[in-house]
Amino acid sequence: MSHPAFGALNYWFVQYRRTWRSSLFSTLIVPTFYLAGIGIGVGGYIDDDYAGVGYLAYLAPGLLAVSAVQTAVGEASWPVYGAIKFNKQYLPMLASPLRVIDIVLGHLGFILFQIVFSVLVFFLTMLLFGVPQSGWAPLAIVAGALTGMAVATPVYAAAANAKSDDTFTVLNRFGVIPMTLFSGVFFPVEQLPALIQPLAWASPLWHGTELARVWTLGMDSALFVPLHVAYLLVWAVVGFYLARTVLTRRLVV
Amino acid sequence: MSPDATMIIARGLTKRFEDRVAVAGIDIDVRAGEIFGFLGPNGAGKSSTMRMIGCVSPPSGGTLRILGMDAHREGPAIRARLGVVPQEDQLDWELTVRENLLVYARYFGISRSVARRRADELLEFVQLADRANEKVDALSGGMRRRLTIARALVNEPRIVLLDEPTTGLDPQARHLVWERLFRLKQRGVTLVLTTHYMDEAEQLCDRLVVMDGGSIVAEGSPRELLERYCTREVVELRFGLDAPLAELADKVTDLAERVEVLPDRLLLYVPDGDTTLPALHDRNLTPTSVLVRRGTLEDVFLHLTGRTLVD
Repeated sequence: MSHPAFGALNYWFVQYRRTWRSSLFSTLIVPTFYLAGIGIGVGGYIDDDYAGVGYLAYLAPGLLAVSAVQTAVGEASWPVYGAIKFNKQYLPMLASPLRVIDIVLGHLGFILFQIVFSVLVFFLTMLLFGVPQSGWAPLAIVAGALTGMAVATPVYAAAANAKSDDTFTVLNRFGVIPMTLFSGVFFPVEQLPALIQPLAWASPLWHGTELARVWTLGMDSALFVPLHVAYLLVWAVVGFYLARTVLTRRLVV
Repeated sequence: MSPDATMIIARGLTKRFEDRVAVAGIDIDVRAGEIFGFLGPNGAGKSSTMRMIGCVSPPSGGTLRILGMDAHREGPAIRARLGVVPQEDQLDWELTVRENLLVYARYFGISRSVARRRADELLEFVQLADRANEKVDALSGGMRRRLTIARALVNEPRIVLLDEPTTGLDPQARHLVWERLFRLKQRGVTLVLTTHYMDEAEQLCDRLVVMDGGSIVAEGSPRELLERYCTREVVELRFGLDAPLAELADKVTDLAERVEVLPDRLLLYVPDGDTTLPALHDRNLTPTSVLVRRGTLEDVFLHLTGRTLVD
């Protein structure tokens, strides 16, 4: 018999079958906008090479990780909040043999699918722009998936805990936006004031960006790869247990 | 399991929330194949009890065994054999009628092919086969309730829990739901329901408990409860606005086994209403309206709690 979480996963796919068309166009086209607008447009004003590559190649792997983060935040915030508060999809699941852990796993499985899909589209766009320079480059998709899950599980926990949608406003303003701007995606972390650098190093996006960059460009830093992977896994796993605990407290009363 | 086996056993079952006690230590035995009812006003503790029996809300105290299993430790195994019709439908409005059943079946680990076959049978059973491919959005309240009942049957449950199954439905839709529930009973399914409609309890229930303020105040079959707490007939007397009902009640106490004073009328509990009417006339009492009716569970509830069921 298959794991009970597949029952919950199935629901999200059935629902997705009704809605995927509306989001497809933006998923396909947005990576091109970013790579052309910032990678080539802004990159045209930047003369410095970073590790021997142009700005487009420097930027693209980081943007891939950003796209994973955006999908993760989008899918783990409102849909989770709505499943508790408005559409109540979790309640019928709870009345069935599914346990809270199955409900969380099933939903996260669907979120992972969406992260991988958006990262895959981003990677294919990078190929069109001629960015990847290494046989390891497809591993950037794994880097994106890890980054996405490292963010998705804590955001899920926050959404399951949220009493109002103010939570998401705060999360975006003080979490997602600064993380996106200052995690070494657009410029090296070394250019930040020394006091702030540790904050960047703590963010999952910095580790995801480094991973994606190393693999895409074939840079030699094998020592750090396992550390980045482990760090992202810790976020994902701790976030998962938090999500389960918070959702249990919210639903099982 | 033998036919008279006990499906649900609760002893001292308690549910406390932070600031209040919702269920204050109740004992229940539900036998196989019966329709068992919880009757009581809103806030009596019916829904909290149902959620505990549905193994979605852990009891704060007491023991609860369902199908021979412990509700606290074996929740998933019990839920696998329960059907639940919640108070709010909790259907997915974006999906079709059929998709709602198929999706739900997968929560029980039922294979796609079995789920498809059962969905067709169940839509036939609740008379929604012709709406199978419509979105839930397009259904009436009665149809949605029937769909929720079909959904609760997708795992072929031994016990079906129904929390106020006909609240908000029009009379025709209610009768259709009742008729389907009777058929389920004929198939040997045990039904447990809550209601604040006394006619629903009388129509459907083999046995019921009357709940008030988290406690059980009476239990038995509808007939037993009526015999124990009510007379065969009730005379309802209405007098004009601002009539001194309490004083009027004093004048008729000897005519009835019991007199209840409601805000707008007097209730005289009597064995035979027709013999009471001439006596009223002899005392020069001139009510604006007189109604002789059968005693109901509403009267039982009024007697036990001093309040009507639906305010």
